[in-house]
Amino acid sequence: MNTKAAPLLDVANLTLRIGASGRTVVNDVSFQVFPGEIVGIVGESGSGKTLAARAVMGFIPPAVRLEGGTIRFDGQDVMAMSAKDLRTMRGSKVGMVFQEPMTSLNPSMLIGRQLDEGLALHRKLDAPARRALILDMLRSVGLRDPEGALTAYPHQFSGGMRQRIMLASVMLLKPALLLADEPTTALDAVVQRDVMELMVELTKANDTAVLLISHDLGMVARYCSRIVVMCQGDVVEQGLSEDILARPQHPYTRKLLSAMPHRLPARLLPEAKTPIVAVRDLVVDYPGRQGFFRKGEAKRALHGISIDVQPGEVVAVVGGSGSGKTTLGQSIAGLVKPAGGEIRFNGKPIQKSDAAYWDYRLNCQMVFQDPYSSLDPRMTIRQLVAEPLRLVPDMTPADRKARVAEVLTEVGLGDGFAERYPHELSGGQRQRIAIARAIVRRPSFVIADEPVSALDVTVRAQVLELFDELQKKHGFSCLFISHDLGVVEQVADRVIVMQDGRIVEEGPRDDIFDNPRHAYTQKLLAAVPGLESTPEGGVRLFWRRTENEASIVG
Amino acid sequence: MSSDSTVSTGASVKKARRMKLPAPNAIVGGTLIGILLATACTGALWTPYDPLKLSFREKLAAPSALHWLGTDEFGRDVLSRLMAGAATSVWISILTVTLAVIAGTTIGLFSGYMRGWTDRIIMAFNDALLAFPGILLALGLLAVVGANKYGIIVALGIAYTPSVARVVRGTVLSLREREFIAASRVMGNSEGFTMARHILPNCIAPLTVLATSMFGYVLLAESALSFLGLGVPPPAPTWGNMLAGSRPYIGQAVWLGIFPGLCISLTLLGINLLGDAVRDRLDPRMRGSR
Repeated sequence: MNTKAAPLLDVANLTLRIGASGRTVVNDVSFQVFPGEIVGIVGESGSGKTLAARAVMGFIPPAVRLEGGTIRFDGQDVMAMSAKDLRTMRGSKVGMVFQEPMTSLNPSMLIGRQLDEGLALHRKLDAPARRALILDMLRSVGLRDPEGALTAYPHQFSGGMRQRIMLASVMLLKPALLLADEPTTALDAVVQRDVMELMVELTKANDTAVLLISHDLGMVARYCSRIVVMCQGDVVEQGLSEDILARPQHPYTRKLLSAMPHRLPARLLPEAKTPIVAVRDLVVDYPGRQGFFRKGEAKRALHGISIDVQPGEVVAVVGGSGSGKTTLGQSIAGLVKPAGGEIRFNGKPIQKSDAAYWDYRLNCQMVFQDPYSSLDPRMTIRQLVAEPLRLVPDMTPADRKARVAEVLTEVGLGDGFAERYPHELSGGQRQRIAIARAIVRRPSFVIADEPVSALDVTVRAQVLELFDELQKKHGFSCLFISHDLGVVEQVADRVIVMQDGRIVEEGPRDDIFDNPRHAYTQKLLAAVPGLESTPEGGVRLFWRRTENEASIVG
Repeated sequence: MSSDSTVSTGASVKKARRMKLPAPNAIVGGTLIGILLATACTGALWTPYDPLKLSFREKLAAPSALHWLGTDEFGRDVLSRLMAGAATSVWISILTVTLAVIAGTTIGLFSGYMRGWTDRIIMAFNDALLAFPGILLALGLLAVVGANKYGIIVALGIAYTPSVARVVRGTVLSLREREFIAASRVMGNSEGFTMARHILPNCIAPLTVLATSMFGYVLLAESALSFLGLGVPPPAPTWGNMLAGSRPYIGQAVWLGIFPGLCISLTLLGINLLGDAVRDRLDPRMRGSR
C-alpha cells in the first residue's frame, strides 16, 4: 500500500448534529482511506460510527444536519455533488454491505434480477455479458450452484449465504471503496470468519478499499491495517492496528480492550459424588410441518445427549446455529418435551415423581438471550423480580420485599429501580433484571441461554463479570449456552462442543481451548482471537488455526 | 446504553411532570362521552316532557323556547325522546360490547393457548361466522330470539364475538412465543396463572381499541336495526328508531333527522378519541412518550 498517494476517501472535521435537540452525534471526525486499504471504525452503539460512514455515501437521515467538515471521495466533494452524481457514485464507485442479510435483499425478487439491477444501471453491457459476469461472481463468493441461485429467492438461503450474495452484488461493479457496516454481526462465529475472509480476498483481488464498521475490536484488528476508535461521536484514537492494540493511548480504547474476554486461571472444584443435574440420552424431535391431512416428517434436534453438571460448576455448551444447543437448554429447563431420555436432579429422576419435579422446578432457573422480550412489559421491576418468590413456601410479604431489594442491590441496580418498567431501562440493565429474577429464589442450577450476546461490548463485559461474581457468591451450578467462544473462555469450567444435535467434544476448558481435537472445535476456535497482555497495558492477538490450515501456512 | 448502571433521572422526572396534562384526544373524547353518560343517566330518570306523551296540537313544531329541539309527527318532544333514547342506546351498546368481549376473549384465549386441533375447529367455526356481515348475522339471530331490547343485545353480542376472538387469539399466539412466557413457565407458574398474569394483561391494549370501535359499530347497528323496524319496538324511543321515523318528514321537519344523527356522530367521535387515549394510558410503554 502506498500511503504517499492521494487518499481515496478523505473525511475532514465532519460534524453532524441532530436537528431538533441540537445533540452532536458526530463531532469533528477526520480519517482517510487510501486505495486498496482496509480501515476499521470501532465503537459501541451510539458512537456515531454508522452515521459517519453513511455520510460518505451522502446518506444522512433527514433529522440530522451537516454542521461542518468535508468529505472528499476521489478528490470530489461528496456534499457538493448533485443528486445525479451521487447516484452514479453509489453502487458504481462506492458499494455498501449492511448488517442484516435478512432485510437487505428484496424478499420478493429473484437473486438473478437483484444482481442484474445494479449492473444494468451502471455498466453498458448486453444481457448475456451481464449474466456471465454474475455467474462468475457468484462462483467466486463460493455458491455451489450459481445457475440455480439466479432463479432462487433470498429466503432459500441461510444468513451466511445471503451475506455472500450481498457481497457479490456489491463487488460486481468493482467499486473503489466498500463500506461494510457490521457485515457479520448477525452471523455465528464460524460463518462470520468465512464471510470476512471472503470479503478480504475479493476486495484484494479487485483492489477495492474497505471501510469496515464494527463493534468487534478483535475482528477489526484481524483484518484492518488501520483502526479508528470512536466513542460518543468523537474519534478518540486512530492509528495502525498493532499500535492501537499493543499501546492503547486513550482510556476508552483500554476499556474496549479490557472488555475482550480474558481467561482466568482454572478453578479447583471440590470432588462431588452425585452431579446436581444429570442428563442421560436426551432425544428431542421437532414435529414436521403439519397440513390438514398430512403430517410432515419429524426433525430430530438432539440425538441422545448425556451431560453431567457438578455442584458449583459452570458448564458451557457451544456450537453454531442449528447445533441444538438452545434446544438442549430448553429441554433441560422443561420448556421442550423430550422424546426420550432422562433428567436427574440430585440423583432423582424428575419425570418419575411430582415431588422430585417440583424440587427441580424451584431450583432450576433460566436467563434468556433477549432482554427485550424476556421481561413482561406491563410489570414493574419489583413485580418482575418478586414473581418467582410467589411459589416459595414460608415467605412473608416483608421477607419477599427484603429479598427483592437485596437481589436488586446484588445485580448492581439498587431498590431505586423497583418501580420502573422494563422499557425505561437499557439493554444491560434489563439483562441484570433478568439475572436478578433468575437468582432471587436462590436456585441451585441456572441455565443461561446466550445471556450476553444481545449486548454491547463493554456492557457485555460488565454483565459477564456480574454473573461470574454471583455464581461464586451463591455457588449455583450453571449451564452456559453460547456461540461465542470468547465469552465461554472467561466463565466456563468445562466446555461441551455441539454440532448437528450431537456432542462432538467435551472436556475441561483449558484442554478444549489449548488442544482442540475435533475439527469442528478447531474451526470454532479459529474464529476467535487469543489474547496476550503486553506490558504497555495493551494486548497482542494471536489466531489459532485449524489443522489443515496449519499445514499450508506453516 | 453506554452508561450501564446510571440513568439520567432528571429527564424522566421532567417527562413525568409534563405527562400530568391529559392528551387532547382524552379531553375532547372524555368531554363528549361525559355529556353522553350524563344525558343517558338524566334521561333514564327525568326528561323535560314525557317522551311518550302524544300531543297532536303541537305536531311537527319547529325548535322553539318551549320545545328546544322541536316535536315529532305525534307532537312528542324531541329533546325528551333523545334523552330517553340515549339511556336505551348506551345501555344496549355497553351490554353488547361487554358480552362480545367476554365471550370473544374466552374463546380467543382458549383457542390460542390450546393450539392444535382444538384451535383449528374453533377458528374454522369462528371464521364461518366472521364471513357474514355482522348486521346480517344479527338480523337472522333476531328472528330467532325475538325483536326486543335483550334480543338485540344477544344477537349483536354473538355477531361481534368472532372478531374479538380473532384479535385475542392472534395476540395470544404472538405472545406465546415471547421469552417472558417461557420465563413464567420456568418459574414453575401454572398455565392458568401464566395466562392470567402475563397473557391477558398484554391483550388489553388491542382489546381496548377493538372494544371502543365496536361500541361505535354496535351503536350504529342498533340504530340500523331499529331503522329497519327490528330493534326496540315503538313507542319506546331509541336514536335509531327516531332516525327511522324522521324519514317521511325530512322535507317538512328536518330537525327530526338531524338531532338523532348528530347524537350518533358525536358519540362515535367521542368514543374513538377516548379509546385511543385509554389505550395509550394503559400501556406502560406509551407513558412518558407524550
